[in-house]
Amino acid sequence: MDSREVILRSVRQNLPPKVECPALDQGHWICYEDRVKQFTDVLEAVGGTCSIVHSMDELNDQLHQLPAYCAAKKICSCVPGVGESNVPLETIQDPHDLEDVDFAILPGQFGVAENGAVWITDAEIKYRILCFIPQHIALVVRAKCDLADAIVDHMHEAYHRLEITDSSFGLFMSGPSKTADIEQSLVIGAHGPRSLTVFLLEMPN
Amino acid sequence: MSHIARHPELAAQFVSDGARTEWHDQALWFVRKKRDQMAHALPEWELLREKASQIKHHTMSHLDQYLLQFETKAIERGAQIHWARNAEEHNTIVLGILQEHHVTRLVKSKSMLTEECHLNPFLERHGIEVVDTDLGERIVQLKGEPPSHIVLPAIHLKKEEVGVVFHQHLGTDQGASDPNYLTEAARKHLREKFMAAQAGLSGVNFAVAETGGVVVCTNEGNADLGTSLPPLHIACMGIEKLVPRLEDLGLFLRLLARSATGQPITSYTSHFHGPRPGGELHIVLVDNGRSDLLGDPSHRRSLHCIRCGACINTCPVYRRSGGYSYHATIPGPIGSTLGPSRNMQDYYDLPYACSLCGSCTDICPVQINLDEQLLGWRHRIVAHRLLPWRKRLLMKLLSWTFRNTWMYVLAGKVARWTVPWMPRFLIYNPLNAWGKGREIPRMPKHSFREMYRKRIRK
Repeated sequence: MDSREVILRSVRQNLPPKVECPALDQGHWICYEDRVKQFTDVLEAVGGTCSIVHSMDELNDQLHQLPAYCAAKKICSCVPGVGESNVPLETIQDPHDLEDVDFAILPGQFGVAENGAVWITDAEIKYRILCFIPQHIALVVRAKCDLADAIVDHMHEAYHRLEITDSSFGLFMSGPSKTADIEQSLVIGAHGPRSLTVFLLEMPN
Repeated sequence: MSHIARHPELAAQFVSDGARTEWHDQALWFVRKKRDQMAHALPEWELLREKASQIKHHTMSHLDQYLLQFETKAIERGAQIHWARNAEEHNTIVLGILQEHHVTRLVKSKSMLTEECHLNPFLERHGIEVVDTDLGERIVQLKGEPPSHIVLPAIHLKKEEVGVVFHQHLGTDQGASDPNYLTEAARKHLREKFMAAQAGLSGVNFAVAETGGVVVCTNEGNADLGTSLPPLHIACMGIEKLVPRLEDLGLFLRLLARSATGQPITSYTSHFHGPRPGGELHIVLVDNGRSDLLGDPSHRRSLHCIRCGACINTCPVYRRSGGYSYHATIPGPIGSTLGPSRNMQDYYDLPYACSLCGSCTDICPVQINLDEQLLGWRHRIVAHRLLPWRKRLLMKLLSWTFRNTWMYVLAGKVARWTVPWMPRFLIYNPLNAWGKGREIPRMPKHSFREMYRKRIRK
């Protein structure tokens, strides 16, 4: 008998009495009066920054005010019309070639108010390493009508909203890479991005 | 038989440095307080714990079905599934995959399972360079030590000690101990390792039966750097890591980071559904005693653990005795119940490294009845006559004394007469473990019984 069968047989022999699966009804959970403000506050608390913009021009202006963006030599943008991308992804064959990207601009699908996280998938980002290896990251989360539509209250709603069918990789990103492994001192920029800026773009089609 | 150093002995070494014990205690209490702030900020916290516990109960009672569903879905997504009965098989499978791909340089993110299986030394014996990439784990790896905490692997080390390790291994300035400087040095060192690695190995925080995906949470992004650069990703998980539905993740992720470090969520929560284009994803499902534990009604709930470490941070014994005093892969309350279920003889001392205060049970995000489990282990350990003879004899004597009124009265009288006149060495000797570091209370002139009788006569 192979290991799979041995394990499954042992599990079946030892199964506890059946217990029903609870429903996770909506409505029990916290709702924020101002989701955008909550999102912004939490994102700042976890070391990120949030910027609200109303047009592509305004977004590009704000981007150019970021010191990290101005100092960046290699810029990779996966959001059409945002930033001056000089790393053409079509020419990249191997994710290792993205090692020296200084600044990446990536599309985020929506934000989560309770924890400042943004949901990102590799459906729009060819190389998932772009979420981790650049020195700095900006995410662009776009709302069609109202900014509040781009932010959900909590993780329960987030899982109702996200789709995993069309991508093999999905990620909640909340702030920059960080560690407190040396004497509990918080250090921003462990191995991954040293900064995270989230642009909430309120722009009708 | 070789001598196994037990918790009291190892803890005695730890507390011999009073200032350091105090520092360690405070460092963990700081994390515990951050957790409290986060928990109190959510009005539904207790409901979250309740639901999480129910989902775990449900999952365990259908574990065979969920394992099969997970396998089917993961294969549909393009992952390759391996089953390992025990640590040896797990290690052999991982080595086999690596050898098949001619891998000699592996980067790893945190996985308590691979610690449990002692994967690193096994792979190193077979000529594979293994680099732990979580900063805390890298520090202890360079120092040649195991992690002393499941979430904060280097919590027992001071920054000056980390500075010494980095000076030796990474060439940082002698005497440098600034955490920013040291972290920057580690960043440079580890990014080189990430770039050079031919495969990445990660643990698994949650696996979703419904979708066949695995979820990995880190703050550093090290699991993702390690698994997104090389084409080969191996994810190792215990069979208890399953949740039924994608939406269940919402619940568990709300609890995990808040309970672990007092964060609303980790910086990165990555969902892997199949390999990246052109790559391979191998998922190793490991039993290693878990299915047996499932059949133990009084301790099976320890399989619900999501490894947040909250019980460890709150435990007054852990905080003042350190992770290594538990001589087990997982320390603290959860480790003290998992240890004996693995091997009662080797870990019989751990359920006694507990004051039964119950703080671990109160704080556990999935409501594991840790204090009851530890008490339950004590019953079994006594029934199996595993305690040292001194303790057994003492307990027998005490039990007999308490059951016989005349003996109880007599013992009290004798103690009140003799103890005040006894020289210290007769009272504080190796037979009296309780008197180590503690003073026997001053003997009263009369017992309660005598005072009561006197009062009635009046």
